[in-house]
Amino acid sequence: MLKVSGLCKHFGDLAVLENFNLTVPRRGFTILIGPSGCGKSTLFNVLAGVLPPENGEIFWLEKSLPHLGKKAAYMQQKDLLLPWFTLLDNALLPATITGSDMTISNTKARRLFKRLGLEGFENYLPAETSGGMRQRCALVRTLMFEHELVLLDEPLSALDAITRTSLQSLLLLLQSEFNKSILMITHNIDEALILADDVLVMSKLPMRILEHLHLSGPKPRRLKDPELIEIKEHVLSRLQDELENENL
Amino acid sequence: MKTSRLIALAGALTILASWEMACRVLAIPDFILPMPTQIVSVAVSQAGLLLPHAGITALEVLIGILISLAIAVPLSVIMFAHPSVENTIAPFLVASQAVPVFAIAPLLVVWLGYGIASKVLMAAIIIFFPITVSLLEGFKSCDQEYRILFHLMGAGFWKAMRLLYWKWALPHFFAGLKVGVSVATIGAVIGEWVGAQQGLGYLMIQANARLRVDLVFAAIMWLSLMGVSMWLFVGFLERRVITWKQL
Repeated sequence: MLKVSGLCKHFGDLAVLENFNLTVPRRGFTILIGPSGCGKSTLFNVLAGVLPPENGEIFWLEKSLPHLGKKAAYMQQKDLLLPWFTLLDNALLPATITGSDMTISNTKARRLFKRLGLEGFENYLPAETSGGMRQRCALVRTLMFEHELVLLDEPLSALDAITRTSLQSLLLLLQSEFNKSILMITHNIDEALILADDVLVMSKLPMRILEHLHLSGPKPRRLKDPELIEIKEHVLSRLQDELENENL
Repeated sequence: MKTSRLIALAGALTILASWEMACRVLAIPDFILPMPTQIVSVAVSQAGLLLPHAGITALEVLIGILISLAIAVPLSVIMFAHPSVENTIAPFLVASQAVPVFAIAPLLVVWLGYGIASKVLMAAIIIFFPITVSLLEGFKSCDQEYRILFHLMGAGFWKAMRLLYWKWALPHFFAGLKVGVSVATIGAVIGEWVGAQQGLGYLMIQANARLRVDLVFAAIMWLSLMGVSMWLFVGFLERRVITWKQL
């Protein structure tokens, strides 16, 4: 599992992370939800090794690491596909970079294209396909990383509602079929409740975990479930309280 | 033919027609400003004289472009890889551009002689800067998110250069190259003015001294044709290389 303890990060006088702790269970689906500008993206950048933390430790599988670069796959709101490569070549990028056996990687990527509904689009350029297809391709690329840990930074927030729903079930495949451990950021409470095993409600700056909700039951969950509606009300009121404090 | 091209053609013809009319109506003497029809007829009738000189100038420009590419491409990659190198070199680059090429042309002719070497170097000096700067800015314009992605995939600098930065910078590179090829002839011609035995610049100086203004204009016409064809060729290359942009 992923464990973060005592992480600190300031931007000038602004404390973004102050003694921040987090645990992501192995093979679990953990979602961070919080007000915008609460430091979630900073946390991801520190985890990815893009920003150096001032203090704190990161453990992956009991081992202390400076950051998770080369340990984690990463997917965000933009598909970040390279416009000059076909969808297949984009998906093969992690293999191209690490120098993996291309025959094996090719077979694997084609199988994933089939599984995620992209079969027949292997040789299309990103600009020739829809936003939903590009994000599926980004998902294939994420799976091609061969890293067990997956960081998702609002991966679906640029998509329309219909595409979004179909991609949510594909995100669940990451966990159920490909045994990934997932840490995801979202602004969308519904999405968190549909997908997560653990929902962490975050405070405003400096970022803390206000509440840890453990959800159970088969996924994707149905939002009409009265229990879920109650949880949603609760999370919303926690977030609203947090924002109102700010206005005082 | 597309409407936009027809409009462009009509515009060019209007300008040339007004020029022709002005010369005829105001009775401007040939040795001050010849008419476009005269220029074209001289450019064609004197082709035997003009073309060998044009060939020399074209050769100087082409070698100049190749030399400046051979220096600009590695240099911008090194400056991108090591910002300290950029900080060290950049002031010298800018300073070198602030010196008018007219000022160094006599020196180059003294150092490299009356042959084509001094003109090649002049052309190379002029093109070098726009190509280096545009390529470097192209590398730098790569989005941070893509860099993070490559970092997480474990890509080193050279892999990211080959798969990401280079392609990312290509549109900038071609923009710089277009500027470069259209001004490259300036360098070669100035070099020829200062001291040469052949080339369109040399021919222009000779013709001007003999008040053969029509021949000067004919040389200018060939020079412009050269610039336009190189510009069109770079545009053609650009469309062939950057296929993903036209969707």
